[in-house]
Amino acid sequence: MTAIDELFQRLKGSGKKAFMPFITAGDPNMAFTSKVLQRLEALGCSMAEVGFPYSDPIADGPVIQASYTRALGNKLKLQQIFDQIQSDRSERKMPLVAMVSYAIIHRQGQEGFIQAAKQAGFSGVIVPDLLVEESQTMSQLCRKHDFNLIQLVTPTTPRERALRIAEASSGFLYFVSVTGITGERTELPADLVDRVGWIKERTNLPICIGFGISKPEHVKLLAPVCDGLIVGSAIVRCLEKAGESQEQALASAEQLIASLLAALEPAKG
Amino acid sequence: MSTIDSTAPKIVDPKSTSSNPTTSASMQVPDASGRFGDFGGRYVPETLTRALEELVEEYQKARKDPDFQAELDELLHRFVGRPSPLYHAKRLSGLLGGAQIWLKREDLNHTGAHKINNTLGQALLTLRMKKTRVIAETGAGQHGVASATACAHFGLPCVVYMGAEDVRRQKPNVFSMRLMGAEVRPVESGSKTLRDAVNEAMRDWMSSVEHTHYIIGSVIGPHPFPQMVRDFQSVIGKECREQCLTSLGRLPDAIVACVGGGSNAAGMFYPFVQDTSVRLIGVEAGGRGQQSGEHASPLTYGSPGVLHGSYSYVMQDNDGQTSDVHSISAGLDYPGVGPEHSYWKDTKRVEYTSCRDDEAIESFDLLARNEGILTALETCHALAKAAQIAKTMTRDQHLVICLSGRGDKDAAELARLRGQEW
Repeated sequence: MTAIDELFQRLKGSGKKAFMPFITAGDPNMAFTSKVLQRLEALGCSMAEVGFPYSDPIADGPVIQASYTRALGNKLKLQQIFDQIQSDRSERKMPLVAMVSYAIIHRQGQEGFIQAAKQAGFSGVIVPDLLVEESQTMSQLCRKHDFNLIQLVTPTTPRERALRIAEASSGFLYFVSVTGITGERTELPADLVDRVGWIKERTNLPICIGFGISKPEHVKLLAPVCDGLIVGSAIVRCLEKAGESQEQALASAEQLIASLLAALEPAKG
Repeated sequence: MSTIDSTAPKIVDPKSTSSNPTTSASMQVPDASGRFGDFGGRYVPETLTRALEELVEEYQKARKDPDFQAELDELLHRFVGRPSPLYHAKRLSGLLGGAQIWLKREDLNHTGAHKINNTLGQALLTLRMKKTRVIAETGAGQHGVASATACAHFGLPCVVYMGAEDVRRQKPNVFSMRLMGAEVRPVESGSKTLRDAVNEAMRDWMSSVEHTHYIIGSVIGPHPFPQMVRDFQSVIGKECREQCLTSLGRLPDAIVACVGGGSNAAGMFYPFVQDTSVRLIGVEAGGRGQQSGEHASPLTYGSPGVLHGSYSYVMQDNDGQTSDVHSISAGLDYPGVGPEHSYWKDTKRVEYTSCRDDEAIESFDLLARNEGILTALETCHALAKAAQIAKTMTRDQHLVICLSGRGDKDAAELARLRGQEW
């Protein structure tokens, strides 16, 4: 049982929902990432998703892409991410999920990556370009090391396939809200609530919705049908000016997160 | 930076271990999951899976449909001008004093390169799938022009992503695309070259996949693209094989083609894979030297990894980040290569080598002045290596060069590089 599994068990017991911000590791450096993670926990975020910058991300929109470019431009290395996360480990209770492109994992070797990530303090990994067909080895290795492999379902996923993905997933199921790349959306698809509800009835796995969520209205709409919400680009956008003023960047991210958490509050019941 | 491999951690993915080099290359690849030996597969976001499955299905249906093949053949004949000639370059052969050199004239195709063979096939599939919009990436602009051409022919809207650096160095092609109604979107991210154009096209497709087909221009990308593009380009090798049998009374001794993503080479080599008497030689862009960042030769200097949806040789650092590459030619300026080439490398069916920028530029003059043919800078890489190889062969031997594209597009860039007026 991972820290993510325990978190959702706890939340389920109290009828609460998870709130999971996404931040980019090393934007602009790991010291700032460490500080952001501390503040996220202090604000009451349930867990955090840490994006590992990749040179050629195809699922990411301009905001996250640009954050990856900044981090890699500052010569961020994989080892620095692991080192910083590990050194903060004792002060952190909030579980962390790594969001990593398969090219990076493959280069380390799947098992090598899982071991390094787990040792650093991650509880699971999302690999946005590892389809369920290609994920058998990774899935087995994650089970062996008590590490979560969180898989994604999208609006273009046929229903039977979605169930197969849910079966292969652990920790939670990542429900992508829109057909497209990451980034804030003004409106979310009209049938989203129904589609999440359909799969919710057919799996015991917690379901978290991500992509496009940036406003309190989105949170209010979606929280009742899922187990958690993931917010990425809107937060990364707040943090993108950290190179100029860290405090200002943090303050704007905190303001946004506080408004989203407040919107989540009624659902906490 | 050049010895990336020696410090790389041991790879434990069973799928990623090097294939047994004693296995001979098969033509029965890829398998159902898109694997050429260990290479290929499908590493893309879930959002694209349904469209890729639909493409597999439609392509398999089309292959078995005589009407589809007849329509494509008719277009290739009357619109493209196929079959392209196999031309005996007698003056060049005499000058080099070695093997007889033959040129498979893909430069004489409509739009001036082999790329049109693939775009017409994929445009027909677009219509069969009832998709109403086409996107494409381009490096040198030849695939962009071929996509714009196919789309104009069928009345499909077309958006072409092209690195901003390539927009600059391949202006004539940018203008041609726009003349045919395509929208050219310069890509300002990353190195502003082909790799970034592919990223941007993939991102477009992530949002538009329900009504848009992405015509990938090379034997790269997720399954089924490497197979499908190879098949559409195989018309080059099939024709060439027949033409050799007719003109020479036998198969050639060697065939040379340039390799960026590797579509002209794949189309040329594939029909010869089981003719083991024929040496097949792929030439990558050697750039300015062997140091990482100075060339675009993943098969020569890279290692297996994942880029743009498939598992193949790639230029990468120890973290798995794609390395920057360099080539004088926009079409070869790419850090990855098609998975079937990786398979042919590991099974040793094809020899891969690389050719430096200066050698390629020099060979432009060789064909221009001795045969009256202006050759694309991409193709010049094959030409330069072929000239070296021909010299080591005898006069009764035959060497074929895949003359994949014409050089008009490069005239201005050549003038700039040589400090001449344009």
